[in-house]
Amino acid sequence: MAKELLKGNVAVAEAALRGGCDFFAGYPITPSTETLEYLSHRMPELGMETRFVQSENEIAAMNMVMGAASAGARALTASSGPGISLKAEGMSYAAHYAIPYVVLNVQRWGTGLGSLKSGQADYYRDCKGGGHGDYHNVVFAPNSIQEMVDDIYEAWDIAEKYRVGVTIFSEAVLGQMMEGVEMPPFKKREGDLDWGIDGTGSKGMKYPGGDGQEYIDFELSKYERIIPEMQRWEQYRTEDADYVFVAFGLPSRVCVDAVDKLRGSGEKVGLFRPKILWPFPHKGFEELYRMNPHVKGFISVEMNDMGQMVDDVALGAKRAGYCVPTYCYPCGGGVPRVKMVLAKYNEIITGELKEMY
Amino acid sequence: MEIVKKTPAKLGTHDLCPGCGHGIVIRLIEEVIEELGQENNQIVIAGVGCVCTATPAMRFDRFQAAHGRAAATAEGVKRVRPDVLVFAYQGDGDAYTIGIAESLNAAYRNENITQFVINNVNFGMTGGQMSWTTLPGQKTMTSVSGRNAELTGLPFHFPEMVAGSKGFHVAYAARGAVIDAKTINQTKRMIRSALEAQLNGEGFSVVEILSPCPTNWHMSPKQCREQITGPIIAEYPLGEFKTRD
Repeated sequence: MAKELLKGNVAVAEAALRGGCDFFAGYPITPSTETLEYLSHRMPELGMETRFVQSENEIAAMNMVMGAASAGARALTASSGPGISLKAEGMSYAAHYAIPYVVLNVQRWGTGLGSLKSGQADYYRDCKGGGHGDYHNVVFAPNSIQEMVDDIYEAWDIAEKYRVGVTIFSEAVLGQMMEGVEMPPFKKREGDLDWGIDGTGSKGMKYPGGDGQEYIDFELSKYERIIPEMQRWEQYRTEDADYVFVAFGLPSRVCVDAVDKLRGSGEKVGLFRPKILWPFPHKGFEELYRMNPHVKGFISVEMNDMGQMVDDVALGAKRAGYCVPTYCYPCGGGVPRVKMVLAKYNEIITGELKEMY
Repeated sequence: MEIVKKTPAKLGTHDLCPGCGHGIVIRLIEEVIEELGQENNQIVIAGVGCVCTATPAMRFDRFQAAHGRAAATAEGVKRVRPDVLVFAYQGDGDAYTIGIAESLNAAYRNENITQFVINNVNFGMTGGQMSWTTLPGQKTMTSVSGRNAELTGLPFHFPEMVAGSKGFHVAYAARGAVIDAKTINQTKRMIRSALEAQLNGEGFSVVEILSPCPTNWHMSPKQCREQITGPIIAEYPLGEFKTRD
């Protein structure tokens, strides 16, 4: 199939429908709104006019998604940082009931209202649960529109396999830019769910209620399966690297260029890119350690102000066997330029920038 | 002796306080649903509060919503299962205070769902705090000198609001009570109208039911009945505010 030139927010919406999405509820918020807009006319085209709701707010949207998914739909909601905070209550409930659903977060920069700059400000919230209680969503972190299309196409298969929420971690620029993408064909869920509410009372939600050991075991066994089975990462020129950049999303593409530039001037650097952020790809760090135990330091490059993923990078390095410093370049809002990464690298090797861990 | 009236098949037991009205309402809903032949085609979206204690009595497909969000969750279910009878079952604090947005917006869009709201003019489960339906001057745990309406607002009238405000076009809105045979029979007819409206695809239907709360009102069942027939009905008249077209 030929490639089409599509905007990220539109491509991800179309790919969701092709992946079987048959319910959407959402509320406008920049920079994610094109997903809502596109689905508002695309779903009626596909005979799903009543399966699209422009809701009164994000809270209601997430609760509609929960209801729809419980009744058997492949349900989606989309928003950006502040809107996802409103959904966090529902996401916690969905986790408790083991409801599979997909949420798209087109991240912007900042705390509170933040700004419309592209960002990765929501790592802590989205990768560590987000709402109250103990739970995780599987968090995909694509760095191209094609990868985002492929991720959301697979998302409900993963969500239903484990009965878990799936977060697609987009970014303002990834949602707003255009790239050539190949759309997968329409597919439907294979087989039927053995749980759900359909009015007959024959299946029910099938999760262990209450607060006893049965519920805890149910939750733990789910995550025990997800953690080893959902390890995804990519490495670039790390085989002999002294310093390894760690980045996801668009900064990872900037880091590829930074690696090439630095390699051109004789610096031995590489890139480690988590493709899924939760579960964090610890297996990737172990692989790296087996291949190259001589790394002198890790550098987490993130589009936020204080560094968030850096905690997991340091932990990943330590768990794999490294006893080296972990640095952080939290570049703030907006995609960093290659020269900014190079400058920061220079500060690190000259000892000007101290390690975080 | 021949038993002529059986308990609806899907009814279980609950742990509500003696003298509470919830049990009667659930019984009425299930009687109507059985009479409509829908007992194997129903989903309840349960609110949070005393409803959590009431819902074990509902032994059919049940979804425990987040506090206040039942109307939104019901909407999600109904959009996916349009042929199934979907109703939200909530208290006044759940549906009208924290859930004012979800309830009003579901009514505003005329979603084809039914909302049953048990109005006992206080937050019962948490121990009797002021709700938006609390009467002016009524003493609660958060209005110990009596509700100051100037500072906290006047009693909230949801059925009248969605039935009579411009921009709303709901199918059915009514208020009943469960204090004697007459009001119980009247409420049952309202429940039937609301559910029939949904089955016919007419849109949003709501029945609010005035219900005694002996525990938090600190009254005997008899005093509760007088409280409802007196000041509560004076504020919240019974009747149909929007009848089916």
